[in-house]
Amino acid sequence: MNSCYLGIDVGSVSTNFVLLDDNGIVLKKLYLRTQGEPIRILKEGLTEIRDFIGDRYSIAASGTTGSGRQLASLIVGADIVKNEITAHAVAALAVRPDTRTILEIGGQDSKIIIIRDGMVYDFAMNTVCAAGTGSFLDRQAARLNIPIEKFGGYALKSSNPVRIAGRCAVFAESDMIHKQQTGQCLEDIINGLCEALVRNYLNNLAKGKAIESPILFQGGVAANVGIVSAFERELKEKIIVPENYDVMGAVGAAILAREETEKKGYTIFHGFDIIKSKYEAVSFQCSHCSNCCEVVELLADSQVVARWGDRCGRWSNAKEQKRAAG
Amino acid sequence: MIVTFPHMGNVYVLVKTLFDEMGVEYIIPPKCNKRTLELGTKYAPEMACLPLKINIGNFIESIEQGADTIIITGGCGPCRFGYYAEMHKEILAGLGYNVEIITLEVNEKGIPELLCRLKRMIGGRSVSSLALPMYKAMRIQTAADKLEELSFRIRPREIRKGSTDAIMQKYFDTVKTVYGAKAIAHLIEETRNLLLSTEIDKDYAPIKIGIVGEIYTLIEPFTNLDIEKMLGNMGVEVNRSLYISHWIKEHIILGGLHMRKKQPFEREAEPYLKTAIGGHAQETLGNTVLYAKQHYDGAIQIYPLTCMPEIVAGSIMPSVTKDYDIPVLTLVMDEITGEAGYITRIDAFVDMLRRRRQIKEANNELVLSGH
Repeated sequence: MNSCYLGIDVGSVSTNFVLLDDNGIVLKKLYLRTQGEPIRILKEGLTEIRDFIGDRYSIAASGTTGSGRQLASLIVGADIVKNEITAHAVAALAVRPDTRTILEIGGQDSKIIIIRDGMVYDFAMNTVCAAGTGSFLDRQAARLNIPIEKFGGYALKSSNPVRIAGRCAVFAESDMIHKQQTGQCLEDIINGLCEALVRNYLNNLAKGKAIESPILFQGGVAANVGIVSAFERELKEKIIVPENYDVMGAVGAAILAREETEKKGYTIFHGFDIIKSKYEAVSFQCSHCSNCCEVVELLADSQVVARWGDRCGRWSNAKEQKRAAG
Repeated sequence: MIVTFPHMGNVYVLVKTLFDEMGVEYIIPPKCNKRTLELGTKYAPEMACLPLKINIGNFIESIEQGADTIIITGGCGPCRFGYYAEMHKEILAGLGYNVEIITLEVNEKGIPELLCRLKRMIGGRSVSSLALPMYKAMRIQTAADKLEELSFRIRPREIRKGSTDAIMQKYFDTVKTVYGAKAIAHLIEETRNLLLSTEIDKDYAPIKIGIVGEIYTLIEPFTNLDIEKMLGNMGVEVNRSLYISHWIKEHIILGGLHMRKKQPFEREAEPYLKTAIGGHAQETLGNTVLYAKQHYDGAIQIYPLTCMPEIVAGSIMPSVTKDYDIPVLTLVMDEITGEAGYITRIDAFVDMLRRRRQIKEANNELVLSGH
């Protein structure tokens, strides 16, 4: 039975699964909508992965990334838990070892990663504004009644993009409505939105950073040809969208997990039986001190498997004591 | 008269010492918590910055426990802080709280007015009786700040994870319960010895990060995710650029006496920002340069959302990064209590600094970092 490596990226909008083979080739990828229910989606994804694998492969390593990486790591038994920046960089370098810039736009955040000599040299991640993210586009597409998949195509048909404020999602929306009311055509408005997002991204995140080729564009938004083209116009450079652009975080997690298990010699992957367990995350407010931490408790079949969220360690360490004892 | 004051990190140690020594009755507000923030956001103007909101929460929680007089520092600085005291008065009066607010500042009426206010704070006694307690309180605060600084150096090197946290937690719990300068000084000394006797890995060379930015969010752990503790537990040595004892010495004492001398950070900030634009913009830029010159691996800038001076400093920062090759991560703080996004950035930043260090070491460049 051949070995394969599992990477899971639990993001705010999508939860992605990737299986890599021994040569680093993607055997299987899944792009599922998280829908605010990471545990349910994790189990769904694992079920699909199990059915795909059958008895052809065995999982030799698993890694998690994304904003839900802690939760996912506890459920699947991850050999490595890594932040998205590192995961995206590792995946990009596996595709193009000479990568110098990574643009990544996901559902809730966007990042720019500057790579020099095969290492992350600098990065930025948007902090306080949603205007440069996929959710912003999702919302505007919904407003215009256009499926998000077709959004970019409309932009390419535009000959004269209208200028739309890109600083803030609220400004952009009112600007867009105004332009619609004055009778501007849909294609031009959509193209204007793409340009606004790119402008926001470059002004906000990329300020003072040297964007050099090769430039890889990753994350769900890279599917949008309108945005790709707006980036190319603005940067006057070619933008490379890698084949697995939408699951690069998961690819990175799988690569890192493989490195980790090769170092330590075994995996702690829990196996697929966990699909049958009933997982539940409950939170409560600790009243021990005035910090009033929100403590999250992860239950597997009503047994506490982990707790986190406390600043003092009273609960998260209690778990370890219990584990040490039992 | 029962006096209270706003929280700002460990500043309560200073205020407590002073009031203990003066025999003034006082209430330390409950440690900043979610309710403090809720009260603040409910009653402060929406566009106000985070520190003002938390102050309001502190006051209300203290008034609930019986405080009737509020002591705050003021200033005629060009940042919004200069306006805080007036805002506090209006907001609390509007809520129907009958409290007196005494603002300690050197305003256009000069030192005599400050003395008059100090006299009111200590219940009409002569201001000269304040001199010794003030001196003692300043010494205690300096020792308390030094103690925290020491913990930042011990934490990343500790052999048994959590030992520094346990020592510091015990100190913070106890310091509120001991009375007077002598006992507090003793506790600080005791804690210091505990830290010094913590078993550490002497050969471990942690990466070093300097923390710069707006003073309140830098000092109050509730607003900065306890960042020094978080980084320390990730094995990073932290240095904080601003301390309250330093601020009081520079701005209240030397500033009030017009004896303030030019600081190293001002010289370093000058090529980027010639004049003080309020808040701590010059400190942020100048201290980042100083960190780079001391071979720090990186710096983290922290400020509350909409903080004008820090926004200006932040927009100049890429030039500092470029000139001195020092990476800077900017964290903007607000009401957000979900920490995941911040942790991701901090985690990635630390990852990056570690790799940069490895490369520099491989290239034998470490001594050249800086210019």
